Amino acid sequence: MLLETLAAPVAATGMFTLAWTMIAVPAVMAGLLLLAGKLSDRWGHLAATAAVVWSFAIAVCLFAEQMMRPASERAVSAHLYTWLGVGHWTFEVGLLVDQLSILFALLITGVGSLIHIYSIGYMAHDARRRRFFAYLNLFIAAMLILVLADNYLVLFVGWEGVGLASYLLISFWQHKPSAAAAGTKAFVMNRVGDLGLLMAISTMLAMFGSSSFEAVNAGAAHVPPLWATLIGFFLLLAACGKSAQVPLQAWLLDAMEGPTPVSALIHAATMVTAGVYLVVRSHAIFEMAPIAQAAVVIVGTVTLLAGAWIGTSQDDIKKVLAGSTMSQIGYMMLAAGIGPAGYAFAIFHLLTHGFFKANMFLGAGSIMHGMNDDVNMRHFGGLASAMRVTFLTFSMGYLAIIGFPFFAGYFSKDHIIEAAFANNVVIGLCALLGAGITAFYMTRLMLMTFFGEKRWRQGVHPHESPKAMTVPLIILAVFSVGAGLLMNWWIQTWLEPAVGNHAHDISLIPTPVGWATLLVVAAGVAASWMVFGRGSIPDVAPATKNPVTIAGRNVLFGDQVNGFLFTHPTVATAKAIDTADVSLIDRSFDGAGRAFQGLSTQLRRLQTGYTRNYALTMLLGVLVVGAVLILSQLG
Amino acid sequence: MSPMLIPLVTGAEVTFWIGAPLAVLGALGLVFSRRAVYAALSMAVAMISLAVLYASLDAPFLAMTQIIVYTGAVMMMFLFVMMMVGVDTPDSAVETLKGQRPLAILAGIGLAALLIFAIIGSITQPAATVVEANAQFGGNPQGLANLMFGRYIFVFELASALLITAAVGAMILAHRQRVTPKRDQRELAQERMAAYADKGEHPGPLPNSGVYATTNSIAAPALLPDGSIAPKSISQTLLLRGAVIDPIPLAKVTDQTFAAIEAVEEDEDE
Amino acid sequence: MNPENYLILAALLFSIGSIGVLVRRNALVAFMCVELMLNACNLALVAGSQITGGLNGQVASFFVMVVAAAEVVVGLAIIVSIYKTRRSTSVDDANLLKL
Repeated sequence: MLLETLAAPVAATGMFTLAWTMIAVPAVMAGLLLLAGKLSDRWGHLAATAAVVWSFAIAVCLFAEQMMRPASERAVSAHLYTWLGVGHWTFEVGLLVDQLSILFALLITGVGSLIHIYSIGYMAHDARRRRFFAYLNLFIAAMLILVLADNYLVLFVGWEGVGLASYLLISFWQHKPSAAAAGTKAFVMNRVGDLGLLMAISTMLAMFGSSSFEAVNAGAAHVPPLWATLIGFFLLLAACGKSAQVPLQAWLLDAMEGPTPVSALIHAATMVTAGVYLVVRSHAIFEMAPIAQAAVVIVGTVTLLAGAWIGTSQDDIKKVLAGSTMSQIGYMMLAAGIGPAGYAFAIFHLLTHGFFKANMFLGAGSIMHGMNDDVNMRHFGGLASAMRVTFLTFSMGYLAIIGFPFFAGYFSKDHIIEAAFANNVVIGLCALLGAGITAFYMTRLMLMTFFGEKRWRQGVHPHESPKAMTVPLIILAVFSVGAGLLMNWWIQTWLEPAVGNHAHDISLIPTPVGWATLLVVAAGVAASWMVFGRGSIPDVAPATKNPVTIAGRNVLFGDQVNGFLFTHPTVATAKAIDTADVSLIDRSFDGAGRAFQGLSTQLRRLQTGYTRNYALTMLLGVLVVGAVLILSQLG
Repeated sequence: MSPMLIPLVTGAEVTFWIGAPLAVLGALGLVFSRRAVYAALSMAVAMISLAVLYASLDAPFLAMTQIIVYTGAVMMMFLFVMMMVGVDTPDSAVETLKGQRPLAILAGIGLAALLIFAIIGSITQPAATVVEANAQFGGNPQGLANLMFGRYIFVFELASALLITAAVGAMILAHRQRVTPKRDQRELAQERMAAYADKGEHPGPLPNSGVYATTNSIAAPALLPDGSIAPKSISQTLLLRGAVIDPIPLAKVTDQTFAAIEAVEEDEDE
Repeated sequence: MNPENYLILAALLFSIGSIGVLVRRNALVAFMCVELMLNACNLALVAGSQITGGLNGQVASFFVMVVAAAEVVVGLAIIVSIYKTRRSTSVDDANLLKL
């Protein structure tokens, strides 16, 4: 059925033979900047930006060439080299540039280029700017490996690479203990997900004898359902870790300790969506495993509500956006779990989200730039007039995320809600509710930041950011407005050869579900206006006994749950083992050591240091050996 | 005249029964004489006996080589080194390592017993001789030369390399690095005069060793007119080595002689 | 003349030499005992030549003499240099193998 529609990739020709430079140029540049040290301090940021722009240019050329080809020849595979061969397994390193991965490559390099340019302004006064750009380039290279790999093992290399880059960048300001701890936390929680991916790959190798997408897709139809389900759950675990889905969501809010461009690029637009990419890429497995698919839907739904919940009660502007990111990725996972009806919409929402969320994060960075790095929204207010460009661009992102008609999010999110309703009414209602809450907390953010009275701290003089920062904001704002209209009719047919599709009737006139969504969103905006738009905002968060609010402020007690379930038992086990180690093992080894020491002290007396003594021993030895030889001859 | 009736006593047999006990005696002398020089002489005896035995085994070339190389060169070198390090003090008879001597002798006897036990009856083929092999090229040295420069040429070359290496190695081992510049005669003379000017030390030659009725060894110090020992009359090296002879008993003989002569003169005077 | 007698003589000399190495403390004498052992081997080789009726044993004996000469040169140089630093030729004084 579906599998027949998947055209085999054709061999790389022309521009496609240059695809590897997309990865190599940023990777080499990262190495160069890290190795060259202070020599490259003056031009490092420019070189790094040029490297990403190069990758973007290649991606655009490849995309253009794909557009000109017939649909059956768009997927291109470029074999690079054989990595290693073990037994009857051979691991190849190759790139797969198909309709799905090229969209990712465009998003990563496009948004990546804009964020590099933005960072030139944002990090202008940071002493370690060169290192920052080197890490960013490392991230771009790793992320491109992840999406361009033609098999799961190479994908895993990129998967680990972005984890490393994320760790390095979250804890970039390592002098802050909170940043260092946040980096470690993200790293450790990601490892849990990575374990899932490793087990999935191992299972694939056992089941299919290969980890290439082609072999897995072809073999999925014949694999026993139990194993398909198992692989599906492993992949879901991996996706949860990387995409901050419940239950591995706790690291994302802390990751906001990193510099804001990092939050925009890695923790909003690209890396955290890798989980969605993984699920969509493995659609053949999930179609054979309905239980795993249902689990994906449930995880997505729970996360979209949990993220929105967190977003309503945080005062830190970046953490509100982080909660919102969780929530939006929840939407994507939900769509990806629905099956062929949702893949295209998941990717569609992923792309539009990449634009408007990067836009809003960079806007938040611009606000922090003007507010002396303050992130508490209770200290903002009335910034609309002080920072015109930031306000306007941020507003475009705001309208896009709440789903204002004809903005980017309107198309992508409505499709997901409709697909959810078609799948299951309860899931649909949850998705609808999520849209309302999104409208509520985003309106809250806008009101607290840009409107109302000025609650600025003393000595803070908000000012507009430099051109290097506002120009990327403007470009991203344009995409926040237009990306939906641009791709609405096109993306389904484009992605069909790669992920399969159920044709959807798409029109500009909202369906009944669409009308309901608009209504819920309007209600959310109105409710927010009622609460935050009319009265004054208290300087500190008011004390409350409302358990919902308390849970939201404490990030749904994610850390506490993890601590109770995992950290404390682990620490207790480690302590017990340590005690056993000291009292049992150490003692016994010390005892054995002491026994040998005593024995050696006795044996040492045999060593006199006199040559004649040694010679005598030797002669006796000769005698014994000779006697044995001669006597054995007699016998 | 039949060999069955008259025991066949050949020249080789006579030589063996004379040479073998001499060799064993020499070896025992080497092991048991307490003075190193006697040990060296015993060793020479053993080696010459072995040379004779070689001759009786139809190996005249080796017999000559044995005498020239061992008794001539090697033993001379031993004696030379003995002179350098001192030959006077006999080794102490006390064994310092506990149980070393009885165990060593036991092990040696055991080794001899084992070897002899293995040798006796081991030769099963009829005795051959090297007479034919010697005659093949017109003599023993010619036969050896044929083998050495033919079949064993590489071994021979290696042996020459070994000898060169050994010579160089010995030079390096025995070489002493000079740490201070060599002082010439002028400087030495000036030092002596300066010492005389400063401390009144005698600038002339040192006094010679003592000359006594029973010895004129350099190990015997001279006596000053008042009967005390002149410290500068013996070498510092001998003093350090503890080889100095006590001159007081030696001088007693002279004193007694003088006393006897004086007694005679007094008698005559009376 | 039974060549076994020569071999027995060689064994005796070898054993006496080994006893000498073990009991004598003077490095020079011990070294001479080593030479005696080498000579005993030479005798066995020459007797072997007689037993087999070829000259190979004598050639081997010659090479042993060459090696022994080289050994004496180096060994005596070592003894002299030790004497220069330690003022002693006793093998028991050089007991640095013990800690």
